[in-house]
Amino acid sequence: MASPTTERSFPKPEFTGAEAGLLDFPSSKSRTYNYFTPAKLRATMYEDVTVDVQPDPDRHLTQGWIYGFGDGPGGYPKEWTELRSANWHAFLDPNEEWEQTIFRNNSNIVRQIQLNLANAKKANAYAGWSAGWVRFVEKHIGAWMHAEHGLGMHVFMSEQRSAPTNMINNAIAVNSTHKLRFAQDLALYNLDLTESIDGFDGTVHRSAWHSDPVWQGVRENVERLTAIGDWAESLFATNVVFEPLVGVLFRSGLVMQIAARNGDYVTPTLVGAGENDYDRDHRYTRALFSLLTKDPEHGEHNKRVLGEWLERWVPVSVRAAQELQPIWSQPHEKVLTFADSWSAAVDAFREFLTDLDLPEPKELSA
Amino acid sequence: MSRQSMSKAHKKITELSWEPTFATPAKRFGTDYTFDNAPKKDPLKQILRSYFPMEEEKDSRVFGAMDGAIRGNMFRQVQERWMEWQKLFLSIIPFPEISAARAMPMAIDAVPNPEIHNGLAVQMIDEVRHSTIQMNLKRLYMNHYIDPAGFDMTEKAFANNYAGTIGRQFGEGFITGDAITAANIYLTVVAETAFTNTLFVAMPSEAAANGDYLLPTVFHSVQSDESRHISNGYSILLMALADEDNRVLLERDLRYAWWNNHCVVDAAIGTFIEYGSKDRRKDRDSYAEMWQRWIYDDYYRSYLIPLEKYGLTIPHDLVEKSWERINNGFYVHRVAQFFATGWPVNYWRIDPMTDTDFEWFEHKYPGWYNQFGKWWEAYARLSKPNGHKPIAFEDVQYQYPHRCWTCMVPCLIREDMVTDKVDDQWRTYCSETCHWTDAVAFRPEYEGRATPNMGRLTGKREWESLHHGRDLADIVTDLGYIRDDGKTLIPQPHLDLSDPKKLWTIDKLRGIEFQSPNVLLNEMTDAEREAHIAEYKANPNVTTSVA
Repeated sequence: MASPTTERSFPKPEFTGAEAGLLDFPSSKSRTYNYFTPAKLRATMYEDVTVDVQPDPDRHLTQGWIYGFGDGPGGYPKEWTELRSANWHAFLDPNEEWEQTIFRNNSNIVRQIQLNLANAKKANAYAGWSAGWVRFVEKHIGAWMHAEHGLGMHVFMSEQRSAPTNMINNAIAVNSTHKLRFAQDLALYNLDLTESIDGFDGTVHRSAWHSDPVWQGVRENVERLTAIGDWAESLFATNVVFEPLVGVLFRSGLVMQIAARNGDYVTPTLVGAGENDYDRDHRYTRALFSLLTKDPEHGEHNKRVLGEWLERWVPVSVRAAQELQPIWSQPHEKVLTFADSWSAAVDAFREFLTDLDLPEPKELSA
Repeated sequence: MSRQSMSKAHKKITELSWEPTFATPAKRFGTDYTFDNAPKKDPLKQILRSYFPMEEEKDSRVFGAMDGAIRGNMFRQVQERWMEWQKLFLSIIPFPEISAARAMPMAIDAVPNPEIHNGLAVQMIDEVRHSTIQMNLKRLYMNHYIDPAGFDMTEKAFANNYAGTIGRQFGEGFITGDAITAANIYLTVVAETAFTNTLFVAMPSEAAANGDYLLPTVFHSVQSDESRHISNGYSILLMALADEDNRVLLERDLRYAWWNNHCVVDAAIGTFIEYGSKDRRKDRDSYAEMWQRWIYDDYYRSYLIPLEKYGLTIPHDLVEKSWERINNGFYVHRVAQFFATGWPVNYWRIDPMTDTDFEWFEHKYPGWYNQFGKWWEAYARLSKPNGHKPIAFEDVQYQYPHRCWTCMVPCLIREDMVTDKVDDQWRTYCSETCHWTDAVAFRPEYEGRATPNMGRLTGKREWESLHHGRDLADIVTDLGYIRDDGKTLIPQPHLDLSDPKKLWTIDKLRGIEFQSPNVLLNEMTDAEREAHIAEYKANPNVTTSVA
């Protein structure tokens, strides 16, 4: 028999009739966020959960920032970049990222990758790899993980504190997330291969990144990107310059082209996921910088500044790309030349610059 | 993923970082702390391959519950008294959440430990989740609750309201000033480790008792991420403790962070729980009882006190003072009374208290009725427009309070108010500690050492001074707190929407001049000011009888 327990009380449900539509009174039908103008007639979920969450003295914030830094204003000063905008809030992320999209997209990717890796192991897919290809993957695919990680952790991560609106900062935060996940995908792939392939050296990626001459240009480029103080400059130098000239060149221009010819159908699924990330990140980057170059008040100023940034950063990334050139000849099956890949990368970069109404830097035609 | 493979995977991803040789990463956010001797402390291990599916699953549960709440018409049984306060709470909280995401690179800049960087990066994603999932919850409330007014202008109202500023500290405080003070001690060690317990655990349980099971669904899901954040904070704290020079800064920051969190969070969450609830069972915990469990026992005794073994001086006096203010000083009740006094400049409605409420308050907080009972009776009597002014402008023997310059909650425990001329301005503070925060802690030098990275208190900190001398109707019109008929106010001092005649309209505020206590204080002569302060501190501010 159960022993008596202390008598407990419970809250009593009560029918209150507090549901929408039960009464008609002023504002009883006011069921949209009314403090911003949506881009289209009806606000999207993305706009509803993102716009104006980060206050701004230029919009509704009446008391200003209530904390300042020791040497300057707090909040999100517009002076943290040399670029100017008549309305920073006009930027909306074309990917419409919010928490549900972040977790759905990235979960889909990690599941797909894990399935691919499990099936590859089951099918003994690595057995057909030549020794040369094994060396290529352990060294060069391995080295690339560091570039992705450095950008995710020390470039995009800090930018998402520094840009002036919630819409820009959230888009950059998702970009950071992509890079960190992709870097980890490559690291864990490296671990998987270490356990699956006899003689696969799971440590050589570090020495390649640290000291192999072909990677020093890329490492220098990445490290210099982390040293930029202006958030828009580092975003521009990374997503507009480095990514097309170095990132896409390596991922799409090399790995995606040659892996299958070398008997590897696994690596492209990982690297392809990274390319897909960049497609999304490219979209918001293009939307942001297009807005700035077409700004009615500051467009010319912005184009001048962006032109200076191109002059500063294109040579760095061109050199990084060219120093990578020797690895095009390392795989056993050489299905394309560096010149082919470079030409495709430069074409895409030119197209990007044309979209942004920016001049072509002289280094491209050199 | 098995524990062993998780451990191997985590070890592998630590290989991703490297020491740069070509360029030094930009130091955008400085700190006066040093980490020269710091051992590398591991936070909770987390890899993104397992993190994303885990969070997606948590999301699925949240969104499933949301669908269920709509299909089951949850709003047929939610208490309006409760939901109205959510207009304030949910306008505030997405900003602190997103601010926490923005704070992560500050901590990454400051702390030389790649393993902690990994944990902080995951926290950044968590915080984007929390901010947007909370905005979505509010959107659902706006769509399905009987009165959407106030939810519909949520972020604008948060940015221009007197209570929004109080809440904004719990966000701006994470992202400004010394990187460790802001992103570690204030955000993680105190706000997340201590006060999210009352925010995200205690308050949702009260929501459920008031018919709202979506707030617990969303906020418990949020809280389930907090353990990782607590681990991040603790790891950095232990690293900081390794450098002896940090000790004085840690002790300064624990005092500031503890006291500011107490002032701000207890004011808000205490009010929501005590005055938003219709659940008056005598055996349901009061806010003071919840505080004792979640803050005093779980945080202070289990987390803070053990730090003494590292030689850290814990602010015992401030913990005890907070407890005293909550348990015996009627802190929460004075705040609720202030919010209700200010109802015309709110964007939510406040239900009058009833005899049932009085009985419960007296049971939980002996002496409550003598201090507040008559005032709430006056509030109820003046709640429907009938030729009188809003209660703040009628003689109910309630003196409108001075604001605390630091925490921006008014100086409600009046005998504790400190007045001082700081930066050439007469300022009032709710307590000695808030005075110390402005006059001593947030300065470029502290106890003889340079602290150039410490933040500054800035902005137009007294909301009332923005509107000094203006007509109340003009103020409310400018704030936008008017319904879509162009005349009925969003705020009301009652919940009855059935009869338009019972609703206050903008014309009833016309002709009332609004004044700033701080502006008036600064206009006084020295003698007038001294007399005023003495009178203010001696005034118990009790409504004894109302004509």
